Amino acid sequence: MLPAPHELKQTVEQLLPGVSLTLEGDLLLVAAHELAAVCRCLKEHERFHLDYLANLTAVDYPPTPASGGAGRIEVIYHLYSMAEKHGPVALKVRVPRSHPAVPSVTPIWRGAEFQEREVYDLFGVIFEGHPDLRRILMWEGFDGHPLRKDYVVEDQDALEER
Amino acid sequence: MTPTIETQTLEVNLGPQHPSTHGVFRMIATLDGETVVKLKPVMGYMHRNHEKIGEGLTYIGCFPYTDRLDYFCAMTNNFGLSLAIEKLAGIQVSERGEYLRIIMAELTRLVNHTAVTGFLLNDMGAFGTPLLYAFREREKILDLFEAASGSRMMCNYVRPGGVREDVPQGWLDRAREVVREYPRFLDEFETLLTKNEIVRQRTQQVGILPKALGINASVTGPMLRASGVDYDLRKVDGYSIYPRFAFRVPLGTVGDVYDRYYVRILEMRESVKMLEQALQEIPAASPGISPKGQAIGKAPRTFRPPKGEAYGRIEAPKGELGFYLVSDGSPQPYRYHIRAPSFINLTVLEELCLGHKVADAIIILGSIDIVLCEVDR
Repeated sequence: MLPAPHELKQTVEQLLPGVSLTLEGDLLLVAAHELAAVCRCLKEHERFHLDYLANLTAVDYPPTPASGGAGRIEVIYHLYSMAEKHGPVALKVRVPRSHPAVPSVTPIWRGAEFQEREVYDLFGVIFEGHPDLRRILMWEGFDGHPLRKDYVVEDQDALEER
Repeated sequence: MTPTIETQTLEVNLGPQHPSTHGVFRMIATLDGETVVKLKPVMGYMHRNHEKIGEGLTYIGCFPYTDRLDYFCAMTNNFGLSLAIEKLAGIQVSERGEYLRIIMAELTRLVNHTAVTGFLLNDMGAFGTPLLYAFREREKILDLFEAASGSRMMCNYVRPGGVREDVPQGWLDRAREVVREYPRFLDEFETLLTKNEIVRQRTQQVGILPKALGINASVTGPMLRASGVDYDLRKVDGYSIYPRFAFRVPLGTVGDVYDRYYVRILEMRESVKMLEQALQEIPAASPGISPKGQAIGKAPRTFRPPKGEAYGRIEAPKGELGFYLVSDGSPQPYRYHIRAPSFINLTVLEELCLGHKVADAIIILGSIDIVLCEVDR
């Protein structure tokens, strides 16, 4: 059985001295530079054995008048275990929108390869250490990242008039 | 002294317009003679940014778009999104609605597995005939879908809280008839294929997916189970009312193209069992309450889930279909992400093809079972 989120947080922190996680609801917030160590621990330690990265995606939060600042992008990981048939554990990494860089988890779970390329393509998040970080759905040379909230969708009608 | 011949590798573009690529998909294959030494998939030709479109629609407005993801499996796509919305908003599903969903989902599995087997034979060079046998049976189920939802393929039928509307009178009897006849078709299909020497020669020991790689590369669905990993979300998550049904999870041993074919055949037999049970146990419609009436069917435009996020997943015929939703309390999803099984199953395409002949690369791609509208979204 998978420990409850707060126990899981404590266990990971005990196993990895120096790492501190934050609990947000059922989500674990991980600092970008600690992500690889936490993921490796969650995958390899027998208490968790989360061998399956089900879903990897991102959410864009541009700056609002209330929050100010530069805005942020959150990368989300949903982990399950195929061996133990438990899960999910959801991890979240918060990075500044101006310089979104997250270590790649592709060396840990191959399943991240295309999903990280997709997030890079559509959000512009740089996955450091990814073996082949190229655009995957849009073409090479395309300008911009369409799933960012401030991306301006081209006006289809205007194109017809031209 | 032995004479040596200067050789060089050849780069070949398979696709994007080619019948064997199941849509617009390109493989850049590097060949040494006929052997594949490198293969890079190129996708995105059908990309329309479904997720961005979804952010501008209401939650219910997203449903017709999900039909167009994997167009063989509109019902299960609707089902997946419904499940995620129910998780996000805490909606209860009516009993008859649950049964109708299971019936539609399992019928969809029959449609998908039948069609993919037909296409696989097409890829092997048996042009037309097996595919037409498959499509003949598929048509009977599509007629049922049409009677229930108004459309053969773009069903737009499952809704949060149940289904859009009850099935018409006499529909369940028609469904029972189709389900009763289905095993006979499967027997016929198997007689032609399962022990067929040519099919075996072409598929056995081709494109083997090792168990460990399958898990590590997030491969799901029949493709993973053909490699012997017992992971079926209908059992693992037990979502909807699947725990009430008696069914087994067929597993392969080798993980080659043949196992992927045969696991699908066996899954169809299990689906038939489930359908028989569901069609027998389905409760009568409660008068005055439509399956949708208990939830949000009445006013979809003002439906606002509370702030939060949810990841809902189902065992779609191709693998784990997940929907990740983030709500900011408005009628539109703040973020709407689809975890597409055939997109992620393609991760291992290169590993499966390396060392095989280029003709085998075609059937390996066919055995992965992809639909490009879902891959590209």
